[in-house]
Amino acid sequence: MSQFGPFSYAITIFLMVAGLYIVIARNNLIKKLVGLSIFQTAVYLLYIVPGKLIGGTAPIVAEGYDTYSNPLPHVLILTAIVVGIATLALGLALVVRIHEAFGTIEEDDILREEHAPR
Amino acid sequence: MSNDLILRVVAKILIPFILLFALYVQFHGEYGPGGGFQAGVIAAAAVVLYALIYGLDSARKVAPDWLVETMVAAGVLLYALVGVAGIVFGGNYLDYFVLGTTPVDGQHRGIFWVEVGVGITVSGVMLKVFYMFADRQP
Amino acid sequence: MNLVAHLPILPVVVPLISAPIAVLSRRGSVAFVLATTASWAALALAVALWVQVGAEGTISYAIGNWPPPWGIEYRIDTLSAFVLVLVSGVAAIILPYCRRSIEAELPREQHYLFYAMFGLCLAGLLGIVATGDAFNIFVFVEISALASYALIALGRDRRALVASYQYLIMGTIGATFLVIGIGLLYLMTGTLNLADMRQRLADVSDMRPVLTALAFITAGMSLKLALFPLHQWLPNAYSHAPSAVSAFLAGTATKVSVYVLLRFYYSVFGAGLVSDLGLREVLLVLSLAAMFAASALAIFQTDLKKLLAYSSVAQIGYITLGLSFESVAGLTASIVHLFNHGITKAGLFMLVGGAVLVMGGSDMSRLAGLGRAMPLTSFGIVLGGLSLIGVPGTAGFISKWSLIVAALERNQWWLVFAIALSSLLALAYVWRFVEAAYLREPAQPREGGREAPPSMLISAWILVAASIYFGLDSSLTLGSAMAGAQSLLGAAP
Repeated sequence: MSQFGPFSYAITIFLMVAGLYIVIARNNLIKKLVGLSIFQTAVYLLYIVPGKLIGGTAPIVAEGYDTYSNPLPHVLILTAIVVGIATLALGLALVVRIHEAFGTIEEDDILREEHAPR
Repeated sequence: MSNDLILRVVAKILIPFILLFALYVQFHGEYGPGGGFQAGVIAAAAVVLYALIYGLDSARKVAPDWLVETMVAAGVLLYALVGVAGIVFGGNYLDYFVLGTTPVDGQHRGIFWVEVGVGITVSGVMLKVFYMFADRQP
Repeated sequence: MNLVAHLPILPVVVPLISAPIAVLSRRGSVAFVLATTASWAALALAVALWVQVGAEGTISYAIGNWPPPWGIEYRIDTLSAFVLVLVSGVAAIILPYCRRSIEAELPREQHYLFYAMFGLCLAGLLGIVATGDAFNIFVFVEISALASYALIALGRDRRALVASYQYLIMGTIGATFLVIGIGLLYLMTGTLNLADMRQRLADVSDMRPVLTALAFITAGMSLKLALFPLHQWLPNAYSHAPSAVSAFLAGTATKVSVYVLLRFYYSVFGAGLVSDLGLREVLLVLSLAAMFAASALAIFQTDLKKLLAYSSVAQIGYITLGLSFESVAGLTASIVHLFNHGITKAGLFMLVGGAVLVMGGSDMSRLAGLGRAMPLTSFGIVLGGLSLIGVPGTAGFISKWSLIVAALERNQWWLVFAIALSSLLALAYVWRFVEAAYLREPAQPREGGREAPPSMLISAWILVAASIYFGLDSSLTLGSAMAGAQSLLGAAP
């Protein structure tokens, strides 16, 4: 069990649901991406929090330390963060292009515009 | 911001240290916290700071587009080729054990080149993203 | 240096290396040669793997010489070898097609980037199938997905951007659900190796996080494979992407997602857990909904590419229907349909891409009189359509026949009627094309006889011919699918 006990899971789940809610409920394409990022960040917590041991240090062998935290979640989440950044960058790039093509980043307006003749 | 004297001077003093810190994080990554991802972002941040203060065109003279695009691909290629080197020297893919005379030596050498590749690609990608967004005219 | 020992990793590495070299070359023609060579090499390697797995059984490969379960293991069994051959084969046949198609659809300065993205997407899809490590699956899912968002956004129409954005949101939610599921499994078992995970799950399989993980992975992969109510991203993405991309993704991306679901269900959780949670019933209902609702929606489309996209959603319903039986016969039907539908739909999208090139659009009104203007293309589309319906002598018939056999084995007679009825709906949407192409007069008369460029036509016809061939001689596909299904269920306790 980590230092924060079940609260860390409560926070993780709160962030997860909040992020997902933003993705579903918001109409603005940028806000959707913000929600998506929060959602992904919650997953980073889900992995990292259980990897921390009370009193554990970074797993580098040194005198006087015999309790180490699990380094694997950090490595995994480093990869997931990079994936998240790539997704965010690609998403923002798409929003910029959508703004240039449609003149708006509100989903409703775009859908209306799509069906109207150009 | 290009007319602000304080910013220009401070940036000029800071940028070498940012780059030096990037190199420290890059090459100390085997022994302590750090590595290619962080170093690449820090190095890219130096160029981004330069672009913010001195303008995008001056930054393009320092890190031209062709260089940035080459960095994006070259780092990945370096990483993949380290993996192939493992096969060439008689191990498995990404096998660092066979890269040196002793297994520990080999691990050092393998992770060193992989992190160099990661650092090059990450700073290339960060700059590419920055250029792409900064280039757009509203 | 003995390359045979490295076969499991090479199909992934070769396209992966081709991508950065393509970027460095900065020339569309060089990048094309590289990507084509890489994908044909990947196909050759995948076939070699298939032969080797057939002779020696499951192959395990330790990346970096760290033995599993500590290191990342690549694990090739009969099922993954079969899917590897499908994915690399579709890519290898599509790439020669890309050259003319991409020249017509993309500005010249983007060509080399297109081939680099294609290489990355292919490497990602092959990596998903080859790896035996749960987190590695997630990473490759994201590599292939990010590459495919970029590929879709290259479409000519501005709606391609919106389609790509929607796919990005849905795909990222799906992949994140997958990674939540994997995280929960890692918490419960302390391992990421799929085979090791399976053994350790036996002790904790009745605990709630494991069931939550199963639910997250099911929901996430259902999004990625476009199971019926979660399919909203697919029709737009397929219809606005460049033709070559539609063909490639339709033939491979959703199929690989089905593979991931199969892998987690039967190689990690085991059949017992899956049916305890009632997932079979859920899959059955959703598959039937897909077969009927998506087919019905397909009938009312005015755009041929969109019609084919909705038909893909319906056909995915057949694949998941086979999954819901949870018997060797049902899984065989799923796997064989995964293959048959992959080649058929890829061939169809390629032919439609040729028609779009000549006619200027895939709207039904534009395609009126296609039968006379482009006889080879429209005949190919009709043959592919027959395979979608499941007419005897086509690959689609083999899939439906094995589905019916699996249904009868469970004494579910009514499913036979359901399958037949939804085939009638497929007949209706294929007929819409036949009517437009052969019975309707073109709006303005065109000079007849101008076909798509030969390189495009030949590649597309190879796939259509394959879908007929595998309908006449199904021993190869059915045999491999059966072996794959047996290995999946044979591992069950």
